[in-house]
Amino acid sequence: MFDSLDALLLARIQFAFTVSFHFIFPAFSIGLASYLAVLEGLWLKTGKQLYLDLFKYWLKIFAIAFAMGVVSGIVMSYQFGTNWSVFSDITGPILGPLMAYEVLTAFFLEAGFLGVMLFGMNRVGKKLHFTATLMVAVGTFISAFWILSVNSWMHTPVGFTTGANGQLLPEASWFEIVFNPSFPYRLVHTVIAAYLTTAFVVGGVAAWHLLKDKTNGHARKMFSMAMWMAALVAPIQIFAGDMHGLNTMEHQPQKVMAMEGHYESHPEGAPLYLFGIPNDEEQRLDYAIGIPKLSSLILKHELDAPLAGLDTIPDEDQPPVLPVFFAFRVMVGIGFAMLGIGVWSMFARYRKKLYDWPWLHRAAVLMGPSGFVAVIAGWITTEVGRQPFTVYGVLRTAQSASPLDAPAVAASLIAFVVIYFAVFGAGTWYILRLMSHPPHLGEKGVKRTEKGPVRTAGITPGPTQNPGRGNEPLPDHEVAPAE
Amino acid sequence: MSINFDLTTIWAFIIAFAVFAYVVMDGFDLGIGILFPTFEVGPERDRAMNSIAPVWDGNETWLVLGGGGLFAAFPLAYALILPATYPLIIAMLLGLVFRGVAFEFRWRDPGHRRIWDAAFTGGSFVAAMAQGMTLGALLQGVTVTGRTYDGSWFDWFTPYTLLTGVGTVAGYALLGATWLVWKLDGESQRHARKLGKRAAWATFLLMGGVSLYNVTLNAQYAERWLSAPEIYYAAPVPILTGLVALALLRALSVERHSKPFWLSITLFFLGMAGLGVTMWPYIVPPDITIWDAAAPEKSQVFMLVGTAIIMPIIIAYTAWAYWVFRGKTEDEGYH
Repeated sequence: MFDSLDALLLARIQFAFTVSFHFIFPAFSIGLASYLAVLEGLWLKTGKQLYLDLFKYWLKIFAIAFAMGVVSGIVMSYQFGTNWSVFSDITGPILGPLMAYEVLTAFFLEAGFLGVMLFGMNRVGKKLHFTATLMVAVGTFISAFWILSVNSWMHTPVGFTTGANGQLLPEASWFEIVFNPSFPYRLVHTVIAAYLTTAFVVGGVAAWHLLKDKTNGHARKMFSMAMWMAALVAPIQIFAGDMHGLNTMEHQPQKVMAMEGHYESHPEGAPLYLFGIPNDEEQRLDYAIGIPKLSSLILKHELDAPLAGLDTIPDEDQPPVLPVFFAFRVMVGIGFAMLGIGVWSMFARYRKKLYDWPWLHRAAVLMGPSGFVAVIAGWITTEVGRQPFTVYGVLRTAQSASPLDAPAVAASLIAFVVIYFAVFGAGTWYILRLMSHPPHLGEKGVKRTEKGPVRTAGITPGPTQNPGRGNEPLPDHEVAPAE
Repeated sequence: MSINFDLTTIWAFIIAFAVFAYVVMDGFDLGIGILFPTFEVGPERDRAMNSIAPVWDGNETWLVLGGGGLFAAFPLAYALILPATYPLIIAMLLGLVFRGVAFEFRWRDPGHRRIWDAAFTGGSFVAAMAQGMTLGALLQGVTVTGRTYDGSWFDWFTPYTLLTGVGTVAGYALLGATWLVWKLDGESQRHARKLGKRAAWATFLLMGGVSLYNVTLNAQYAERWLSAPEIYYAAPVPILTGLVALALLRALSVERHSKPFWLSITLFFLGMAGLGVTMWPYIVPPDITIWDAAAPEKSQVFMLVGTAIIMPIIIAYTAWAYWVFRGKTEDEGYH
């Protein structure tokens, strides 16, 4: 018994680790693929070299991020079977087809056109190349669509019946299963999160280069585009998150109770706790600091609305409150910080100082990686909040795992941790190194050549010699600029 | 029941097709990884890598379809095979991590290119070996009680699975070498041709060895291959394999470009057919048939509609992507 508990815990840690690591890359590449499509589209429309330069600058980064997303994603597609075989057997008739559709409609599309996007500029012509870029961007979105449908069904399962062999069998229409109650909210919230994550990375990189040289036209364009995103999309995201939260309260009330730290029911208006230390043992929030009645106002739009607490939920059905409570606060905090940057940038734009305020740029650099933190925090909020179930209310996590011995899972977990940190650490380092070079005129693509000037980062002149004003001639083997 | 019979059989063929597509398409990628150390550092290696850089990701996607398709169409098989071969699957996935990132990283970090080249080879070798051993572990039989795997976590490790593992490595090396015969020219092509011959011999011997070993594994396999009337249906497979093998050796000896590659694929196709003859109708020998493991009809129909529409489109744009990068691989970017 003790052994099987250990194996279960290890399997959970392994899944949490591999999925969190994996999710970082798509969160970036979903947004970046669209950004690349926008840049290439603007280049085709205006013919401005600047857009092509930015396209190539981010394409190199995209290639690395996408490769890491692919290899860590394949791990996920097998992880269900290796470590959660009982879950796979039981949910396969419903979730299997959705994931098969993801492969058919998204993975092949991305992978099939990626080669042309990365290496085919000179072989297929501009329009067809742009089509390839669009297909990759669309593919990343379709992928998000299906996998979030799968994930949402695990939160809000509908349209199934339990078969004689214990499997969950599809009963209602597939439309109902795919568009299960939490799916539209989760899809919108997650995809916007990916766009914001990318926008803040782009903004952070641009701000970094503006701090060094505020005349760099390429960095200015990037910064302006990123700040438009922050200003326009961050408020939308906060609204979408609120809607998602209300949807969660309808379908998974104990998750919202954990997010709010509401161990106790509040018949006459519940406080919004800003801080506290959740204590599952004693079922109370220690050191709580809260604003009276505000939670009822947010969740029920009424100050005195009663809100049930975890005391209405049997102990064995409660999620662990601490990770949910804190992860939620981190996510919300970052969301409002993003909004703050957006507002600040609008003010700077209005004053015509968007490229001149170093403190705005410093803040944008600081916020550069914030999207990743928010995305992971949001993920922890929703996934830990689903515990102790894998399929909410239907299948318990403890009954989902593979019949594996603890040493087998422990060994694989160690291997994943060591290799992921080494390999993806190196990849992240390469990305940061590419980002540390200012975007400039005649930016080189990802084409591979050993002849002529090697296009790796190390040989590019440093920022002080090359302020990116774009006065150096194009090397002759580069793609010709737009006519 | 008769509809279900047909659907399940169709799905078995679709999964078999996905596995076959993966094996030959990522097979030559992995084969190039396995052979990589024998290529000279510099343009020769770069060209070998460039010949697959635009297509490897699409090729690898067939593995996701094989896994995802199995999860969808035969969830029980997915839930039995993966725990039964747990260490092999983990090793394969980690091997594919190293192999996949090497495509990007070796260009981004010339100072450590040797390390990423080694990761490319090591990852490819481990993935190939693990895939071959997984196949062997499946063929030799998986212990099942009820709906769960009931063996220990080292059941997959036997002399037989080592043989299937090495055989797969050799077969992938053959695919990789013949792909390079097609895509390279000059001295590099001659080198690939030489490697192709060696890999071809190794593949023949190991394929033969595995086939002989197979009939000793269980009574059904022996019956399929050794007794009448089954032998009349089965016999064409080894006979054709022999003919293709001879044609392949000849094609590698004379100045052919694409022919050895197509013959190698034919060889793999025959191997797959032989596998089908051996295993049918079991998806997890010796107990679980495709019907035992099949998803309900509603799931099968839903997926079949999508597959029938989307698969031809996938094949079309994949073929287009290959067409874009047709011809001998040059030093890209030097126009």
